Amino acid sequence: MGLIAAALEDRGIRTVCLSTMEAIMGKVAPPRWLDVPYPMGFPLGRPLQPVLQKRVLRSAFRLLEERGPGPIRGEYDPENDR
Amino acid sequence: MATVSDLSLKNRLWYHRYTFRRVDPLPWAAPGPPLTESRVGVVTSAGVHLPVDPPFERVKGGDFSFRWIPEDAAPSEMKCTHPSSAWDRSGVEEDANLAVPLDRLRDLQDAGEIGDLAPRHASFQGSITAPLRLIRQTAPEVAQGMAEDGVDVVILTPV
Repeated sequence: MGLIAAALEDRGIRTVCLSTMEAIMGKVAPPRWLDVPYPMGFPLGRPLQPVLQKRVLRSAFRLLEERGPGPIRGEYDPENDR
Repeated sequence: MATVSDLSLKNRLWYHRYTFRRVDPLPWAAPGPPLTESRVGVVTSAGVHLPVDPPFERVKGGDFSFRWIPEDAAPSEMKCTHPSSAWDRSGVEEDANLAVPLDRLRDLQDAGEIGDLAPRHASFQGSITAPLRLIRQTAPEVAQGMAEDGVDVVILTPV
C-alpha cells in the first residue's frame, strides 16, 4: 500500500492508510497511517457496525490536518472515542 | 492489532524473508481543500470487486491488476477473490464496507462531513511479492485516473 500511496501523493492526492499490523506498516511507512486495534482483514473495525466504522474513518481523516513531511502515524483508541 | 506471531508459519517465514519496499524520498501532497469540500476515494488491497469483474488470480509474484468500483456500487453485492490465506476474510465477506466503505462515506457525505465520493474507487489484491509492474504500471494508472476524477483524499485499506 505504501507504493500506491506514493503514486497518489505524487499526483497531489492526500492519503491515509489504515493499519492492522504495525510490524508491516512500520517497514512500508506510507505518508500517513492510522494504527487500528483490529485483526488483519478488519481495517474499519467490525462488520455491520456503521457507528464504529465512521469513527475509524473520522480518526483517519484527522491525520490530514498534520503538517508534513511524513510519515505521520496515528493510533485509533476506541476507549477514548465514545 | 495483529502481530507477526498471529501469522501462520508459512506467512511468518514470508515476513522475515520479504524485502518491504519503502519509498524514499516520501512524496507528500500539498494541503488541499477542507474535508467538507473534499472528494474522497478508496483504494483497497482486499481483492474485492463487483461480480461482473474477473476474479483476482493466484499467480507467481502476485496479481498486480486492479478493478475499478463505481461510486454507486453496493458493498453488499461485492465479492472477495483475494487468494491469500494470511488474513481472515470473514469480516469483508459479511460486510465489504470493512475494505470499501462506500456506505460509510455516503453517510459522511449526507452529514456534510466530507464533500463527495469519487466517481470510482480501486481494488487491488495484496500479497504482491514482485511489485515492479505495480510500481510502473497499475499504481500510476489508478493515481492518474483518480487525479483526472478530481479526487482530493484517498483512504487506503490494506488487509
